[in-house]
Amino acid sequence: MEARLLLEDGTLFAGVSFGASGESFGEVVFNTGMVGYQEVLTDPSYYGQIVTMTYPLVGNYGCNMDDIESTKSHVRGFIVREAAQYPSHYRSQLSLDDYLKQENVIGISGIDTRQLTRTLRVHGTMRGVITTLDTPVDELLDRLLHFNLPKDQVAQVTTKSAYRVPADGRRIVLLDFGTKMGTLRSLRERGCDIVVLPAFSTVQEIMAWGPKGIMLSNGPGDPEDLASVVSVIQELLGHVPIFGICMGHQLLSLACGATTEKLQFGHRGANHPVKDLTTNRVYITSQNHGFVVRADSLANTDLELTHVNQNDGSVEGVSHKVKSAFSVQYHPEARPGPDDSDYLFDDFLTMIDAFWEGGKNIAKA
Amino acid sequence: MPKHDDITSILVIGSGPIVIGQAAEFDYAGTQACQSLKDEGIRVVLVNSNPATIMTDPDIADRVYVEPLNVEFLSQIIRKERPDGLLATLGGQTGLNLAVALAESGVLDEQRVRLLGTSLESIKMAEDREKFRDLMNQLGEPIPDSAIVTTMEEAREFLQRIGLPIIIRPAYTLGGTGGGIATTQEEFFSLVELGLTLSPITQVLVERSIAGCKELEYEVMRDHADNCIVICNMENIDPVGVHTGDSIVVAPSQTLTDQEYQMLRAASLRIIRALGIEGGCNIQFALDPFSKQYYVIEVNPRVSRSSAVASKATGYPIAKMASKIALGYTLDELINPITGQTYACFEPALDYIVTKIPRWPFDKFASAERHLGTQMKATGEVMALGRSFEESFMKAVRSLEIGLDCLTLPSVKEVSTETLWQRVQKPDDERLFVVYELLERDATIEELYEVTRIDPFFLYKFRQILELSRNVQTGLTDEMLYQAKRNGFPDRYIARLVGQSETAIRERREALALRPVYKMVDTCAAEFSAQTPYYYSTYEREDEVKESTAQKVLVLGSGPIRIGQGIEFDYCSVHASLALTDHGYESIVINNNPETVSTDFNMSSRLYFEPLFVEDVMHVIEREKPLGVIVQFGGQTAINLAQPLASRGVTILGTSVQDIDRAENREKFDDLLTELDILRPAGHAVTNLEEAIAAANDLQFPVLVRPSYVLGGRAMQIVYSQNELQDYMKEAVQASAEHPVLIDRYLTGTEVEVDAISDGDTVVIPGIMEHVERAGVHSGDSIAVYPAQSLSSEIQQKIVDDTIQIARGLHVIGLVNIQFVVHAGNVYVLEVNPRSSRTIPFLSKVTGIKMVDVAMKAVMGQRLRDLGYKTGLVPATDLVSVKVPVFSFAKLREVDVFLGPEMKSTGEVMGTDTTFSKALYKGMLAAGFRFPDRGAIIATIADKDKLEALPILRGLATLGFQIYATEGTASFLERYGIVAHVVNKISSGEPSLLDLIRGGVATMVINTLTRGRKPERDGFRIRREAVEHAIPCLTSLDTAKAVFDVLTALRFSTTPLRAASH
Repeated sequence: MEARLLLEDGTLFAGVSFGASGESFGEVVFNTGMVGYQEVLTDPSYYGQIVTMTYPLVGNYGCNMDDIESTKSHVRGFIVREAAQYPSHYRSQLSLDDYLKQENVIGISGIDTRQLTRTLRVHGTMRGVITTLDTPVDELLDRLLHFNLPKDQVAQVTTKSAYRVPADGRRIVLLDFGTKMGTLRSLRERGCDIVVLPAFSTVQEIMAWGPKGIMLSNGPGDPEDLASVVSVIQELLGHVPIFGICMGHQLLSLACGATTEKLQFGHRGANHPVKDLTTNRVYITSQNHGFVVRADSLANTDLELTHVNQNDGSVEGVSHKVKSAFSVQYHPEARPGPDDSDYLFDDFLTMIDAFWEGGKNIAKA
Repeated sequence: MPKHDDITSILVIGSGPIVIGQAAEFDYAGTQACQSLKDEGIRVVLVNSNPATIMTDPDIADRVYVEPLNVEFLSQIIRKERPDGLLATLGGQTGLNLAVALAESGVLDEQRVRLLGTSLESIKMAEDREKFRDLMNQLGEPIPDSAIVTTMEEAREFLQRIGLPIIIRPAYTLGGTGGGIATTQEEFFSLVELGLTLSPITQVLVERSIAGCKELEYEVMRDHADNCIVICNMENIDPVGVHTGDSIVVAPSQTLTDQEYQMLRAASLRIIRALGIEGGCNIQFALDPFSKQYYVIEVNPRVSRSSAVASKATGYPIAKMASKIALGYTLDELINPITGQTYACFEPALDYIVTKIPRWPFDKFASAERHLGTQMKATGEVMALGRSFEESFMKAVRSLEIGLDCLTLPSVKEVSTETLWQRVQKPDDERLFVVYELLERDATIEELYEVTRIDPFFLYKFRQILELSRNVQTGLTDEMLYQAKRNGFPDRYIARLVGQSETAIRERREALALRPVYKMVDTCAAEFSAQTPYYYSTYEREDEVKESTAQKVLVLGSGPIRIGQGIEFDYCSVHASLALTDHGYESIVINNNPETVSTDFNMSSRLYFEPLFVEDVMHVIEREKPLGVIVQFGGQTAINLAQPLASRGVTILGTSVQDIDRAENREKFDDLLTELDILRPAGHAVTNLEEAIAAANDLQFPVLVRPSYVLGGRAMQIVYSQNELQDYMKEAVQASAEHPVLIDRYLTGTEVEVDAISDGDTVVIPGIMEHVERAGVHSGDSIAVYPAQSLSSEIQQKIVDDTIQIARGLHVIGLVNIQFVVHAGNVYVLEVNPRSSRTIPFLSKVTGIKMVDVAMKAVMGQRLRDLGYKTGLVPATDLVSVKVPVFSFAKLREVDVFLGPEMKSTGEVMGTDTTFSKALYKGMLAAGFRFPDRGAIIATIADKDKLEALPILRGLATLGFQIYATEGTASFLERYGIVAHVVNKISSGEPSLLDLIRGGVATMVINTLTRGRKPERDGFRIRREAVEHAIPCLTSLDTAKAVFDVLTALRFSTTPLRAASH
């Protein structure tokens, strides 16, 4: 069956349908990772987006119920050059095609994904639609231009109710803006007693759990749409050590007075070099974000720039100069991608211990 | 800022001659290293014995030494040049071993030379099996059960403990020389014995076989600040058990999940950190296909063949960056040269799939053992890029130049299914084609996986290629044609499937505007804009070729390295490309060999990584519209494309296609020589046995026979009798039913080789080279001397005159290579190649004339006269230089090492000095020849050669060698007053000749070819035994004479005083 992809600038790609059929609108982004498609599909940060993989062969090792970052797929569409017909892996349970059908995700294959990527690189992220229907292009374009990107992504993906992953270690409240399981896994591996709370929990609801530390998770969308969360973080700052990832990083920065902006086409992939300014070491990081903290906005805040992107110089990490809080734009929990930055979770626990044992509010070394 | 800013001069060690396991990739690495060091203002001193390299060009380094790569010569150079640092991790295993040896000799400390990049301790830790095993255990990195054994007894214990199959790997040998997998006790003991002999430290690793696991490679880099990155990971289609150099490899890995990919990546980083490598490093893993269990197989603490593939596959120049790291830079200080805007500290993302297929020499060595195992056998490789596996794989197959444009191998068509199933059990060079044939006969993926352990992912892909072929056959719709092209099917294959002409398919495609587009290799999957015009073709929508109004010229490369067509042609292609850019043209290079300098995107204005296949070349031409195409530097590969391109209306620059044909077509060539009144050996073309016998009787035995198509003396033989001729005709006519067999009179005499540059009028002859071995030994296997040593001035003048006449008669524009034989005072022409030859780099270096550059001026229309060149022989220099061939016999079992008209060498070295003997000594030493200074010499001389051998053997006896011979030769020698020890023939009981070799008594073997069945079989065993025990084996009396001369020159003679006569 034929499928078409239309971008808001009128660029049309004709390809072959796979996965679910129908029509689906979203923000078209590209990911440069060569493996980890299932992790991408299930990362809630992709909520509302149509994702294209730049690597042309996708689905080679099939899909399973383990390599997932949340219980379902959040993308609005999936674009590949080729979806493997015959996956091969001992853990594979179903093909990519079947998986997308199961998750009701519309896929399109067979198009020039490199051209698409270059288009997005030059024009920036665009709205787009994938359709397997025979809607005329004019009508499709018209609807596309009237399609508004959602503003309530976090509300859509956050947990509806609190849940706990109990353990004997330090209690961590994880504010779920669309968390990946990777973050839970990283904390659990360190023995943390994790309480996952909905994104819009109040300070009282959070503090009622007696957390030793608070994790601000990753999540989809524009951080400026989450003003209420920003003020909650402002209240929490200084009372409990905080570690933010991705959206969590942007929210912490906003809470400290910095501002954010949208990148031309974002950072999505598993090969982004980030320099840790405290050690001058470069780490290869897993990334997925369209918004970024403005470097010049840090000047009048208590935030210190701790990590920068080696390629474009953008803000990749900050640390509070006075209070026990730090955050990174990238994904130390990996999945997909390298685990070079796994040490940040250890840093967080060190910060927590120092905070509670010692003189409170010790800025990260 | 580089850490070592106190370093102003650096010694770079190259890898020496091309041998199996160490090929052009180190010219690529070394050239990049030299250039990147020079960019930093470092004075670079380079040593490499291989003249056929770009790195040994005078302008690549500040000082270039083409000298033997051993401690003695290196020490001398170090003392003279006093470099501050030594860079040894870019010269392959040879460079690495030398660095270790130099450090141990104390010369580095003495001269305060710092070893740059990876430290000696790190090198040893990675290279020494035991230290490496300890380190892995310490890190908790899993390795297969293994033991280091130094005696047969220890090996026996391991066998009892672990059981078969067991892998045997000798320590410190190139390309796994001497290694293998033993499935029987007999194999086990024979491999261990061999391995102990070959290992310079008499050490062999025996290891539990993990054959059947997936094999993965990671190319990793690290700087002194501990930044670590993975440049590329690669997956071998062949499971563990086949040497990675002999494996078909794809990049990136195709069947690994993110977790598996990251698990191995993390392990790679742990290992490179623990080893403290500063530079590049290659790590090989085995991964159980049914669990997360993995094993570390091997670490190469240096730039390797895989790094060259990884560099070309990703665009990331590993060697260049490794050199900068050695200077003390950190990765985050370096700019990624492909994008020009991002940094080198990142991990490339690919948006295409790369296939690498090795090129094996079994077409040349029909008798060689074709099974693939832990010992590498391939001489070269091809690489192809595509947006689908099928496209990438199909492109790689037609790049191989093995006569295939699809996966159907005609020779297996007739083979029974049962035999195919047997064949597919053990990997060999044709296994994938056998797999494909079995798929064609309805074998299931499960059955094939069970036997081959090739991941079903790949097996499915092959089946998809098969299914598409069948679909095309049933009816070629437009959609089907589109799919076929997207899957890499060339027009010719599609045409064959549907029973139409290739032209018909092409025209239909053109009517549909179905042509390839070109995509860029940019290291970043289009995330950033790239500056480097490095392209590959694919059937997609968007084309990324940068438009240009400059005048463009296309240079065709020479494809994979194989016997008969080596790195020399890459050297020429690179120079042709550089000459074009020097002269203001844009140079476009097409080549498919990832090892080479020509596929370095810095060496041309535009690089197309494409098959050298007419259709693919035409597509580039249609896209770029160059002024013309240059075919004379890419060896026979490019020459073979001249006619098909010209017939499609393409302009061939340089010597015209008609004139190329006049040189290659025997009849036309004979006419030319007759016209010019130049002699050539009499000959006939025959099509059947009767004609052959008649021809041979007319010419008189011995005769030289060969099929009419020739590359590197393929299937050429000297035939001494009617019986032999009958045997030959049976094989040869089978091999080429439509092509006649050429029978020439075999003229013994001195062989001479000339390379000339011509603009059609002025013919410049930079030099005449004389071969040490007489005609009959392939010119590529002969030792060549410049200037000629034994030719009279009349003969030289005659050669010069003939060369000028032929060059003018053929209207040569550019280079021409002519081979002569001087027989009974007459000069005969043996062969004319209207193209660059294997001696161009050698001759350019010894004469100082940049031959390719001058030739390119002629090709591009300049008159040599206007450039100050005169017709005739350029006066010789006062130094003598020799070019000595290098063989890879130790890697290829079952191959006979005797020298004949079939070329067998894989590489060459050069020796230069003030006298012939000194030059020859250096050349032979560089070629790995171990000059014995005493001991036993085994002489088994054919009757026809006995008289001629006499003075040589007498001389050797005088030098104090003991001559051992079998009864016949011994009594012959006795008769002439030479004392010879009689030793048993192989068949007549122990101790025999073989025991002398095995026991280490013999230090050299002189064996000339006898005729007839049984003794010949003995001769073969003697020669093989010598090779396997690394004892020099001379099969030509000319070489023996030369060796004797060198030994004499090396030695003061000890002659007793004559008794006083009263």
